[in-house]
Amino acid sequence: MLPRFWRKIRYRYNLIGTECTNCGKKFYPPRNLCPECRRKSRIAEVELGETGTVVSYTVIHDSSESYKLQKPYVVALIKLDSGPSVISQIVCNPDDIEIGTRVRAIFRKYGEDGEEGIIYYGTKFEPVI
Amino acid sequence: MRRVAVIGVGISRFGELWDMSFRDIVISAGTEAIEDANLEGREIEAMYVGNMSGGRFISQEHISALIADYSGLASINVPSVRVEAGDASGGVALKEAYISVASGIHDIVIAAGAEKVTDVGSASEIMDSTIDQEWEAFPGASLAGLYAMMARLHMHEYGSTEEDLAGISVKNHKNAVKNPKAQFRREIKVQDVLSSPYTAEPLKMLDTAPISDGASVLILAGEDVAGKYTDTPVFIDAIIQSSDFIALQSRESILEMKAVKTAVRKALRMSRCELNDVDVFELHDSFTITELLLYENIGLCRHGEGHMLVREGETEIDGRYPANPSGGLKACGHAVGATGIRQAGEIVLQLRGDASGRQVQAERGMAVNIGGTGATAVVSIFRR
Repeated sequence: MLPRFWRKIRYRYNLIGTECTNCGKKFYPPRNLCPECRRKSRIAEVELGETGTVVSYTVIHDSSESYKLQKPYVVALIKLDSGPSVISQIVCNPDDIEIGTRVRAIFRKYGEDGEEGIIYYGTKFEPVI
Repeated sequence: MRRVAVIGVGISRFGELWDMSFRDIVISAGTEAIEDANLEGREIEAMYVGNMSGGRFISQEHISALIADYSGLASINVPSVRVEAGDASGGVALKEAYISVASGIHDIVIAAGAEKVTDVGSASEIMDSTIDQEWEAFPGASLAGLYAMMARLHMHEYGSTEEDLAGISVKNHKNAVKNPKAQFRREIKVQDVLSSPYTAEPLKMLDTAPISDGASVLILAGEDVAGKYTDTPVFIDAIIQSSDFIALQSRESILEMKAVKTAVRKALRMSRCELNDVDVFELHDSFTITELLLYENIGLCRHGEGHMLVREGETEIDGRYPANPSGGLKACGHAVGATGIRQAGEIVLQLRGDASGRQVQAERGMAVNIGGTGATAVVSIFRR
């Protein structure tokens, strides 16, 4: 997990995606090739802002080993105001979220590789009150 | 291209087969298929095997050679290809096998699928590897969690309920009672589903297919040679594979399965029939919501009306669109790479009239096999 985590760290810590300047479509996660324009793609980095709306969400009770200490936790599909969608955790009580809830990106810890290993950080969201 | 017939079917028991190894399970299905097809074995020219994750489930790669060997085909040096497409591996293996016969390159081939999952404790984590690891799994989503978000949105948009989803699980369990190969041959009630623990809200344990051991084998032959082996060939009129964005966040709508829609449209055109001509369905119910979304994306009803089919009993075995007479993945079992072949095998048994106890009167049948959340779909149409 470590190399591929590290490689995209810039895009995990901040909501930076890519944009095809040929057609104007924005992507998160970043793509190096626009699925519409393909060979005519012209890809540039773009900041995607911090705010969005919950499209759908779930409360995970049965998680993978790496997240078992956090459960139950909320995972949502969020439509960013800038266009693309992102899957992320939402830091809140499960009762405080519904479809349509407005959320804002925050920088949070995701987990760690044991007590002496690397700590994973990334973007999570919280409801805008 | 020539027509391709299924001349033999073999399906192992599905379930927790503690006393059987990977190769034992494969041979159990393979022997049954070869006997069913009246083959000597020497006539087999090639073999395609769907297997999702031998490397992680049993630390065995080079599955293709292992299976050819233990099927007794190494002594005649038959080429063997392992196919991986998540839990659509079986369906894609069948498509590759079909192409090799339809093209005229081979006359008789084996299309198999096999998975041994109970040798490890982390089978559900391995199943989760069908989703995007960097951008779905890293933030904490699981395969169940992604389907849960589809379920939640469907309920919010269209008024479906947890009871509606439970009804699909109840139906599939009821059908499995009559399937001697099924993992769970017992009926359950809606209340049992509703009171089972949440895995990813609103999905619960009993909305979820098990992860099972199992293997299934079909023997395919060109139409011109099929008659030598069987009086009841079942023809593959179409088999189409399609893909979609792997991560849900890249799709325009998470309730629209574009790979399924595309494959269904092309398969119906290729088999020159309409959906109403299809009499029996095997649908990929990895979760109850998966089956419900398939009703809509195949076109059995409009978007947002899948739960109405459940409420009206239209997909029961005696309904207008009998879905999963085998018990489906939920109750027959989900032996991952074997599932696509197992679904096709059930359709063949149905069309031959060999599905005693769960028989649907059918001339045409459709199987829909999905990988992950729908990034791979294989749709096949069979006719007797």
